[in-house]
Amino acid sequence: MRRIIKSRQLFDDNTHHLGLDDPLPLSPCTVPLARWLDEREQLCKHPTPVGVRLSASDDIKALLPDLSTLTLIALEFERFTDGRSYTQARLLRERYDYTGELRAVGAVLRDQLQFMERCGMDAFELSAHQDAADALKAFEQINIFFQPATAAPAALTRLRQRRSAAHV
Amino acid sequence: MYRYDAYDRQFVQERVAQFRDQTARFLRGDLSEDEFKPLRLMNGLYIQRHAPMLRIAIPYGLLSAEQLRMLATIARDYDKGYGHFTTRQNLQFNWIPLEQIPDVLADLATVDMHAIQTSGNCIRNVTADQLAGVAADELEDPRPYCELIRQWSTLHPEFTFLPRKFKIAISGAEQDRAAIMVHDIGLYLVRNAAGETGFQVLVGGGLGRTPVIGKVIREFLPKRDLLSYLEAILRVYNQHGRRDNIYKARIKILVNALGIDQFRQQVEDEWTHIQHSALRLDDADIAAMQGHFTAPAYEQLTDLDLFTATEKASDRAFQNWLQHNTLAHKKTGYRIVMVSLKVPGHAPGDIRHEQMERLAALADRYSFGLLRVTHQQNLVLADVKQSALRKLWRELINLQLATPNIGTLNDMICCPGLDFCSLANAGSIDVAQQIQASFPDLEQLYDIGELRINISGCMNACGHHHVGNIGILGVDKNGEEWYQFTLGGRSGREARLGLRLGPAIAKDQVATAIERIVAVYLSHRENNERFVDTVDRIGIDPFKEHVYAAHH
Repeated sequence: MRRIIKSRQLFDDNTHHLGLDDPLPLSPCTVPLARWLDEREQLCKHPTPVGVRLSASDDIKALLPDLSTLTLIALEFERFTDGRSYTQARLLRERYDYTGELRAVGAVLRDQLQFMERCGMDAFELSAHQDAADALKAFEQINIFFQPATAAPAALTRLRQRRSAAHV
Repeated sequence: MYRYDAYDRQFVQERVAQFRDQTARFLRGDLSEDEFKPLRLMNGLYIQRHAPMLRIAIPYGLLSAEQLRMLATIARDYDKGYGHFTTRQNLQFNWIPLEQIPDVLADLATVDMHAIQTSGNCIRNVTADQLAGVAADELEDPRPYCELIRQWSTLHPEFTFLPRKFKIAISGAEQDRAAIMVHDIGLYLVRNAAGETGFQVLVGGGLGRTPVIGKVIREFLPKRDLLSYLEAILRVYNQHGRRDNIYKARIKILVNALGIDQFRQQVEDEWTHIQHSALRLDDADIAAMQGHFTAPAYEQLTDLDLFTATEKASDRAFQNWLQHNTLAHKKTGYRIVMVSLKVPGHAPGDIRHEQMERLAALADRYSFGLLRVTHQQNLVLADVKQSALRKLWRELINLQLATPNIGTLNDMICCPGLDFCSLANAGSIDVAQQIQASFPDLEQLYDIGELRINISGCMNACGHHHVGNIGILGVDKNGEEWYQFTLGGRSGREARLGLRLGPAIAKDQVATAIERIVAVYLSHRENNERFVDTVDRIGIDPFKEHVYAAHH
């Protein structure tokens, strides 16, 4: 059991992140994209939902046929300095309309949560040594955003337009 | 200039509080060195030779007198009394302990300043023509677009962990004073056949270990599409730029690997998806931003007859300064004044707190309270009445800021080098001083004419050595400082990389080598041609022969 953040709340979570050959448990799990593509039919029939784990170098287009049925996609940060998953997240949400859970796993640090959330990730498995409850504060440190992104808060340009419209 | 509104202020204050919290967690041991590194870099903080180096953003080089006063206060209260202007129009402090950085950032926030994205693998502070808005050769003022880009790129959630740093520059003038072609993205404001202004977009330029001149990715981009097109370029780069080797991670490597046509295709494919997104600028967005950069309250004046032949020594000194340190202004009765930070015997680009303080007062009195920073590491008072020039000149002399050497061989671009920077292989400040000392005579400098020397203390090329008319690169040879020379480089619209002169030169021979290069130029010069023109015409061999001729 680990504590994860999901939609800015804490949950206990026992999702297993499986390798290519690990047996499937009867609890939530994810498999790497390659395994998903190989065993897709069988995995879809599994009694508990199976999610897909994307590495930063995976092509998300391979998942397009499954986006409407998948309920969990995990974006794996092998290194926290690898920024490709942010683009994957935005494309999944904004271009391909994925609405299930989009979870950051791996090297997930508190100081990146807000960037991740703004790109459409909504669940976070913090890497070890970080206190999930304390990390919730990270979402409220910055409240002004200068550019449109995936997550709801309006970009500043729109705020300003609204304000000047209100003044007219 | 752009003035912060309540949103901008709230943002910088939140950012300071966030960094204060991050610094406290690092000092408590909750964050490792590796984890803290990108956080501090995104706030302008490097770990340097003596103490952290704090690089403060001066967006597109525009600075108010009030802001300069705050920089003076910080230099005095937290540093050793001086700051260093960089080739990216920023200011660096070198001696502030980490524990005090959050306080410095809080002080900066009181005058609408910050150090956000002055380093790190993100979109850096946008740079521009230092004469924006006052140059006669300008098609359109680039600063509103710089500010739009600054805001769009600020804490961009998708582009905070790019493969490598990313630099954007804009020019709206005929003459390129901002080295547009050696940036990751360079933008020239241009007019199309229909008479609309928009941008010519260049991509993949850069210096460093692999110097490359930028390539045109789009001949004409309508203004409304500026941000969506930049986002498309950044998205392709973020996905496909190399991350396995820090020296091959800049966008220029990706552009060269794919070829510009293939890269363009990928960008255009991406752009079709986002061209009509919320990033699209409407006329009101652009007009609102242009409203921040209107002309100051100029008086209706006529041009004075400034340049007169004179015998008197004091008048000749003033004429020298007028000739070399002032430029034509687009408004009659005004002139642009360059404030030289290339005082022989001092580190190029350095300025002391008393100078900053008093220069701020001069900006208030003579130039509408505004200054600009140039990428050649000088300052500009852009809007000076011609009738006030003599008084201003006397004031600048008292501040040691009137050395009439702008554009001469002594007006060198120079990185901090081994004296401060932990990346450097060799000193650059002392080399600059050595060269300045061997050309003490102003008349000789004026006779030599336009000759830009750029000095970098290592191959990261902060001193832009590849595009110096004479480029000097410090290298380490078995623990000794040696210097490689290149000739014929230039930035601007005719940007070209310099040609390697030959084997590296020992430190104590650098000034002698410059003297010899200059001697070859003077003996071959035809019809007052510039140094680079002579190099182009006669090639590099005559220089090589003379510089490496056996000593005695």
